[in-house]
Amino acid sequence: MVTNVLNYGRSGVADWVVQRFSALILAAYTVVMVVWLAVNGGELTFAQWQGFMGQTWMRIFTLLTVLALAGHAWIGLWTVATDYMKKGAVRVAFLGSVAISLFVYVVWAISILWGF
Amino acid sequence: MLVSVYRYNPETDREPYMQDVEVSLPEGKDLMVLDVLNLIKEKDQSLSYRRSCREGVCGSDGVNMNGKNGLACITPVSEVVTGGKLVVRPLPGLPVIRDLVVDMGVFYKQYQRIKPYLQNSTPAGGRERLQSPEDRAKLDGLYECILCACCSTSCPSFWWNPEKFVGPSGLLQAYRFLADSRDEATEERLAELDDPFSVFRCRGIMNCVSVCPKGLNPTKAIGHIRDMLLSRAT
Repeated sequence: MVTNVLNYGRSGVADWVVQRFSALILAAYTVVMVVWLAVNGGELTFAQWQGFMGQTWMRIFTLLTVLALAGHAWIGLWTVATDYMKKGAVRVAFLGSVAISLFVYVVWAISILWGF
Repeated sequence: MLVSVYRYNPETDREPYMQDVEVSLPEGKDLMVLDVLNLIKEKDQSLSYRRSCREGVCGSDGVNMNGKNGLACITPVSEVVTGGKLVVRPLPGLPVIRDLVVDMGVFYKQYQRIKPYLQNSTPAGGRERLQSPEDRAKLDGLYECILCACCSTSCPSFWWNPEKFVGPSGLLQAYRFLADSRDEATEERLAELDDPFSVFRCRGIMNCVSVCPKGLNPTKAIGHIRDMLLSRAT
């Protein structure tokens, strides 16, 4: 069995399942956003936007989507990096910056959603 | 016809080059690519390539012809030539030993890794282990692989990670033993494949299916392995 310390789940099946489930969440969020913007679009006010995003279900759904995005991006970019970056140092540096960026995005999203 | 052949002799050449050779083909006959290579070799004995059975059974003469992998012995010139030119290169992704001869070491290593033999510790009931016609039918489309490496060397996932990704050929064989009713090592076999590289590097682009000279479908076999891994994990 091939092992790699930077792989999140150490399991191809786990990665595969996470990738598909997170894709479903991202797709559902996209549909909700597009539909809401289509219905309320045009002259969109800050109050309207905040009223929509401030609802509890929307905050939870948005956080879920950001977490799904982080997981999806990590597995995808880890795969791309292990395909194309053959130098260990380059790969670790790249994946390190990806991990930090994703962590920052998650924390930032939490502070936006619940920080006010 | 103009034939462009990949040449490299590590003892004399600093780097590989393409050699253009004009070959006169007999009238009214569609030669196989291997015949064309033989015609070139008649003039230039230094050209190296593997061949044996010359009828698509041994799998020795896998080469890249005008960009597509295949067996030179069963590929008609008319099928691959475009613009009156035939370009013959070694199988991509493997180290070149000389001219069209590649080092298949890593390919065989992956084949060895999937333990391509029946594992069964239960003593056989009679003289042999019997199998119902239905169970035997499950091996059709799997056992016919001749290990020519046309599929694995057309697979980008295998190019990038030949040491870690088993490759279409090895995975087809892995499923051949997973699907065999006489094999008892299903759990061990699946445990050996359940990592992010061995099976899951397959992105389903189906280059393997498009080049297989035996018309086999490794992508489908990989899908079956994935299903088995998934139901094992749930």
